[in-house]
Amino acid sequence: MDRIPILKMGDFLLVTIQVDLYDQLAENLETDLVNSVNKYSSKGVLIDISAVTIIDSFMGRILGNIAIMSKIMDAQTVVVGMQPAVAITLVELGLPLNGVISALNVEKGMELLHNKINNGYNLKQDDDSSIE
Amino acid sequence: MMIAVSSREEVSIIREQDVVPFRNRVKDYAVKAGMSILNQTKLITAASELVRNLLKYGGGGRVEIEAVTSGREIGVRLRFIDKGPGIPDLELAMKDGYSTGKSLGLGLPGTKRLVNDFNIISKPGEGTTVTIIKWKNG
Amino acid sequence: MSGQGISILKDKKDEIQERWSKKQSGFNVFDSFGNNEESESQDFVDSFLASLTQENLNDVASAQFDKVNEVLEGISISRAKRGFSPRENAHYLFSFKEILLEILAEEISDPAYLYEFSSQISNIVDNMAILTFEAFIKGREDVISRQTDEITEISTPVIRVWDGIVALPIIGTLDSARTQVVMENLLQQIVDTGSSIAILDISGVPAVDSLVAQHLIKTVSATRLMGAECIISGIRPEIAQTVVHLGIDLSNIITKASLASALQTAFAMLQLEVHKKRTL
Repeated sequence: MDRIPILKMGDFLLVTIQVDLYDQLAENLETDLVNSVNKYSSKGVLIDISAVTIIDSFMGRILGNIAIMSKIMDAQTVVVGMQPAVAITLVELGLPLNGVISALNVEKGMELLHNKINNGYNLKQDDDSSIE
Repeated sequence: MMIAVSSREEVSIIREQDVVPFRNRVKDYAVKAGMSILNQTKLITAASELVRNLLKYGGGGRVEIEAVTSGREIGVRLRFIDKGPGIPDLELAMKDGYSTGKSLGLGLPGTKRLVNDFNIISKPGEGTTVTIIKWKNG
Repeated sequence: MSGQGISILKDKKDEIQERWSKKQSGFNVFDSFGNNEESESQDFVDSFLASLTQENLNDVASAQFDKVNEVLEGISISRAKRGFSPRENAHYLFSFKEILLEILAEEISDPAYLYEFSSQISNIVDNMAILTFEAFIKGREDVISRQTDEITEISTPVIRVWDGIVALPIIGTLDSARTQVVMENLLQQIVDTGSSIAILDISGVPAVDSLVAQHLIKTVSATRLMGAECIISGIRPEIAQTVVHLGIDLSNIITKASLASALQTAFAMLQLEVHKKRTL
């Protein structure tokens, strides 16, 4: 069974999807990513979909799941490089993809991750201080 | 609307592994019809949704892919046929907001928005046939 | 007796051509046939007369007329594109029919046969006339379609106002089809220029209907999915009213009154500031 490779880059995990995602492959990715976030205590996940030409509702849900699961494990997910045709189709399909943060490319995605994580620390402290 | 078929083929969908080759066949037809990248994407995405339903809820089946023309328009017609349990409440399934987010959803209203013509016949116990048409300039 | 009509017409081919050419003058913009048309028309007369047989006299849809029809379609489409009027186009074949019937009346003495043969010829040419109408219309539609494409291309310019910011001022009426083109164009520009903010200025758009508004909202959603942002500027008061009356929810969209304020917002989003130069 094929699996999509996950690269570790310091605090982040980088995934580049370059093949046609079918159901089993997508589900495996979800599992592998969550396990990797756990294993490496990653703070961020960057998923590069610039080579993906079709994202249907199943795939969309997987992306959403990955974002939420990672968040639970304290990692921020950013999806980068969505093609215009894919974006338009997803909107037409009515998939809100809540919880998924996007960026135009890997560079901007990394920037976003760094910012989110730095700000995240500040937010956490505020939250803690508000608990009486 | 008079529709003429210029070429057709039939694809069997039995296992998940049949899906990707099927999508590629649909893409070939879409490209041949001269569709823009956007329309190709919409058609293949719709096909992906419907073929998933075919596998997961219809217990497998077949898809007829046809290159069609109507007057001066060129397009692609897909017919998804299964002999599964059928959809008990079609009206509910076609209602917007019906489980596009949950895993049990059929995603039909969204799929309908991606294509120009959408027709579904489903009888409990007899199976389901979904026919969609995407025109080149649709 | 039978078959006589056809041979008469074939013998009189040159005369038919000449008299038909004369009939065109005074009616057309051109004097008789233009140069191209002369040979076109000869082709037509030749293949028309060649295709007539005893068998197909009563069968206007006979396949033996296919070649003639092809020639006619070519002539019609070319005339449509050259700006001939529908009446001029119709006159082409109707004047041909007149000449044929004139000549037949001159040459055939038996009234019964004259009537029968004339009717048959008449039906055949009438059917061809209908084909030329259809071809003519198709020719005009091709012109319209090409012009529509050109207009669409001209009227959606893209301006890179700053590093990372693109502006698309839309000029003219926005219909559903055009909005979709604008949408695709905007998203592609975002990718091509690597811009994270797109400003869609609709101050040149007189009115927006429910469908167009929905497309605009979808455009913004698609932009966000890609990781960029879309600001809509230049919303006229009439459009603001229409949108609210239609019950369309624009609360999730960033809207600015002018392109200038949209630009200011874009700068702020990119954490850029504009300062006056300090002069000492």
